Amino acid sequence: LSNSDLIPSIKLRHCCLLRNQRCLVAYLYDRLLRIRALRWEYGSVLPPNIRFHMCSEELQWFSQYKKSLASFMRSLGAGEGLDITQDMKPPKSLYIQVRCLKDHGELEIDDGTVILLKKNSQHFLPRWKCEQLIRQGVLEHVVS
Amino acid sequence: QIMSDALSDDENQDESQEDVMTPAELIARLEEAWLNEKFSPELLENKSEVVECVMEQLTHMEANLQRVKKGDTKASVHRMEIDRIRFVLSSYLRSRLQKIEKFFPHVLEREQSRGEGDPSLLSPEEFAFAKEYYANTESYLKAVALKRMPPNLQTVDMLKAVPEPCLDSFVFLRVKEAQENILVEPETDDQREYVVDLEEGSQHLMRYRTIAPLVSSGAVQLI
Repeated sequence: LSNSDLIPSIKLRHCCLLRNQRCLVAYLYDRLLRIRALRWEYGSVLPPNIRFHMCSEELQWFSQYKKSLASFMRSLGAGEGLDITQDMKPPKSLYIQVRCLKDHGELEIDDGTVILLKKNSQHFLPRWKCEQLIRQGVLEHVVS
Repeated sequence: QIMSDALSDDENQDESQEDVMTPAELIARLEEAWLNEKFSPELLENKSEVVECVMEQLTHMEANLQRVKKGDTKASVHRMEIDRIRFVLSSYLRSRLQKIEKFFPHVLEREQSRGEGDPSLLSPEEFAFAKEYYANTESYLKAVALKRMPPNLQTVDMLKAVPEPCLDSFVFLRVKEAQENILVEPETDDQREYVVDLEEGSQHLMRYRTIAPLVSSGAVQLI
């Protein structure tokens, strides 16, 4: 066989390698997109059962992503800062009834009063204070 | 109404008269930008002046709220208004970030290759975020997979790998400034060219690509 007879085989092999690369990168990138969604859903601290499913490079990516996001949010409004991971839904009512699903210690609300978040206690709290805690599974919105 | 009521408590109102817009106009501009960004398939020009002014507005309103007696019913209405504006602003910024992440190589390419006088697509902070996102993703792929591949396969062309926004998606719009002779379909061998006039106040469902320049000029509003 001369060299030019090998060319079709080489081309075929190269196409297969390119396809494998594409499949691998697509899989890895899809995981990254899900990991990115975790920051918006769970906040900047991931639950241990999720961290368990991530490799160290993915944890590294997540750490870098949340740093980038934090520094972007800090820079908004000429340095004033705005946490855009809050206010995910349009405000419907000012105060909501919530039930505490687990002990979470004390929560200070804007007028200075301190609420003790004890498991199974129910409270009537400002909605904006509860958003993150509801997403983290600490509080549950009670709709009567 | 509520907005001017909140501001009438503010002694600094005279100093801020240098602003070109009234607060109501500013919030209207924010809501327009928010809806356009929400419904457009591609990232639109950044409106960082609006963002900054709205944040200043929110700070003023929060300060006024502190001065109102606790338990006053006016306080809850003002609070709702502040929360409402903050929601729109956050949602606007989130829409933009989502598109920046989704189309990151294309967004960076557009921003880096634009001319001197052209309006910028990204705010400086968004630009920094986009570059960090690119670098982070690239170094992740290298560390986890690419470095173990044959030498000639160790890079990925991000511009090819990441899809571009689909400008042919259909969008709903309302016409703010009447337009004539908008080319909807060009002339081909099979058809004559299809041209429409857009009447002020009318609403349409059209391909984004056809009316993209009208969105940036403010002649139409996406809904």
